[in-house]
Amino acid sequence: MTTAPPGLNEVLQRTFSFPKRHFLSATDLNEVEVANLLDLADGFVSLNRQTSKKLDLLKGRTLMNLFFENSTRTQSSFELAGKRLGADVVNMSPRSSSIAKGETLIDTAVTLNAMQPDLLVVRHSSSGAASLLSQKVSCSVINAGDGQHEHPTQALLDALSMRRSFGRIAGLKVAICGDVLHSRVARSNVALLQMLGAEVRLVGPPTLIPAQAERWNVAIHHRMREGIAGCDVVMMLRLQLERMDGVMAPSQREYFRFFGLDREKLAFAAPHVRVMHPGPMNRGVEIDSDVADDLSVSLIQDQVEMGVAARMAVLTSLAARLENAR
Amino acid sequence: MSGKPIAFTNVRLVDPASGYDGPGALIVTEGVIADVVKGGDLGALSRDVEVVDGKGALLLPGLVDIRVKTGEPGTETKETLKSAARAAAAGGVTSIVLQPDTDPVIDEPSVVDFILRRARDIELVKVHVAGAATKGARGERMAEIGLMTEAGCLYISDADRPIVDSKVMRRVLSYAKAFGVLVAHRPADPWLSAGAAASEGEFASRMGLPSVPAIAEKIMLERDLALVELTGSRLLVDQVTTASALESLKRGRDKGLAITATTSINHLSFNEIDIGDYRTFCKLDPPLRSEDDRQAVIEAVATGLIQVVVSAHAPAPAEDKRLPYDEAAPGAVGLQTLLPALLTFHHEDRIPLIDLIRTVTCAPAELLGLEAGRLAKGAPADLVLCDLNAPLLIDADKLISKSKNSPFDGRRLQGKVLRTVVDGRTVFAG
Repeated sequence: MTTAPPGLNEVLQRTFSFPKRHFLSATDLNEVEVANLLDLADGFVSLNRQTSKKLDLLKGRTLMNLFFENSTRTQSSFELAGKRLGADVVNMSPRSSSIAKGETLIDTAVTLNAMQPDLLVVRHSSSGAASLLSQKVSCSVINAGDGQHEHPTQALLDALSMRRSFGRIAGLKVAICGDVLHSRVARSNVALLQMLGAEVRLVGPPTLIPAQAERWNVAIHHRMREGIAGCDVVMMLRLQLERMDGVMAPSQREYFRFFGLDREKLAFAAPHVRVMHPGPMNRGVEIDSDVADDLSVSLIQDQVEMGVAARMAVLTSLAARLENAR
Repeated sequence: MSGKPIAFTNVRLVDPASGYDGPGALIVTEGVIADVVKGGDLGALSRDVEVVDGKGALLLPGLVDIRVKTGEPGTETKETLKSAARAAAAGGVTSIVLQPDTDPVIDEPSVVDFILRRARDIELVKVHVAGAATKGARGERMAEIGLMTEAGCLYISDADRPIVDSKVMRRVLSYAKAFGVLVAHRPADPWLSAGAAASEGEFASRMGLPSVPAIAEKIMLERDLALVELTGSRLLVDQVTTASALESLKRGRDKGLAITATTSINHLSFNEIDIGDYRTFCKLDPPLRSEDDRQAVIEAVATGLIQVVVSAHAPAPAEDKRLPYDEAAPGAVGLQTLLPALLTFHHEDRIPLIDLIRTVTCAPAELLGLEAGRLAKGAPADLVLCDLNAPLLIDADKLISKSKNSPFDGRRLQGKVLRTVVDGRTVFAG
């Protein structure tokens, strides 16, 4: 087994407890918990950069990935996180199995629960699905995206990327741009970033901004240049192509013209601006490749790396609360 | 079959039809109300009379609930006519009007006949039906409105489904007028409502739920009011739940249009925040609204702008409710909780008792021409004896309905049904 890097050891030895059984929503967290999770994740980043990356913090534990929606990046991120912590990892894709035969979400969950997993990572196309599951199983449930509601580990990894890049989150001006309406990433980020003291703006055409989002205490902009003016971070969101064909926006080219991130628009942000995107990107639709691939401004690759570390932090914290934990 | 005579003494009679709310007594013989003594007592009674000392409890006309769904025919696992009738009896509801969106849809006289015969065999509460306005309630071609009316259906409605095509709606209104039958219509713009699970606003946005703006109700209502004006027909607006639609309703009534409106007990009792952490028992159609809307609806009941309150009883079994919110079936059972939930507004000093009772007794009865809903000599002895102040903790699992989907689960209410009488027969004693 690997030796944990010194920074990580120090954090691991700190006695902090994560008082929750599940990880369902960014709104469930408080500032102290987030700071602890980020410190822990920071340590895991160092570990992940070593040649030997494996610890035994979750030895003997079973992590089950239950993805009702396709996902390559999030699922493999959780899989790696689990494996690097020493857990046994099983991937289930119910799309191709029993759920298609009329079994309900709860039946599936109860069946899987009987196999005694310790951690259940769930992604589902309906808002509230992870919360519903958590009421029916005895293990810890981690929300890996529920409909248009939340994707809290994404917000955590985004916060980690920002904190490592700027050294702080409080006071940062963050513009979240694009399809906010359908975005669980946006909802989790708004909650988490505001808790950590960032100034959040939402930017997008009126058709893609949720009703009464101004009551979230965010500024709303429908013009990209005004929206990202002076921002430290520009976070782009994915817009599904089928929503752009006269449905939510008239066409791809019109969308890119007014809401796609290119050099010209980015010039209105702060000089040290960093660009983020939860992926997968629609290049030339919401973001120009030129911007996405420029490592001097883009944190997009970092976000993927931080994803594994942030998820390791979440898994470690939850596992410490599991029944008969060491 | 009417049982032996019953005398209710020492009760508080509430009879909105005559405007009386005060002490008194009432005697039932041969299934009808033989005498009502307001303010006094019955005097000497023969020995074969069952005397019920009310000890000051309320004696009301049995409730008339004009929007009830069961699962019969078609989905009897949800609710049968019998289980619904037992729930109604336990809730003090003595007349119910079934919605036509069963399987098969009640869109022709033989189905009307089938249900009325089934209901007669049950011999609990009085069961009536509403017939579909269009074949299959699909909003395309008119159903046999005349024949169904002849077979005994009380009003015409496509239940939850709005009639989108204005030409069809116009024809239904004018055709039904010739048969003197009332048309009910659900005001909901179908395109704005498509796929919605909640009302648009900060709450739905935060929870990531597909939502419909409140004005979807007003948009359809405005069309309907224009068609009522055009055809000179009567219209029952099926469940007004938003402040903006109430403005339209008021304008229509001020103009003298023949419109009446209902709302549901759920929309009087809950707002969207009650959905909380995706409680699917609070998923309704129309969806729960904002608190401002709820307050406006309460006010409209208080002022009489809304004349009728319905339970909107819509059973949905656990397998249809224990799903992610946007996949769960809408609707709530309500027959057994209608009366105590309504009494809340008396206990909160919001609406006078007699006005509350009117919305579930003589107002719906008069609207549909039913011989029910009043405490008058010679009227059918459909009665409910109720302890106005008795506390009640609603436990959904203990409700009589086959389906237990009550948003009132866990709520504390006041007002316990002690006895329900239909045509002089005691059908429930608590």
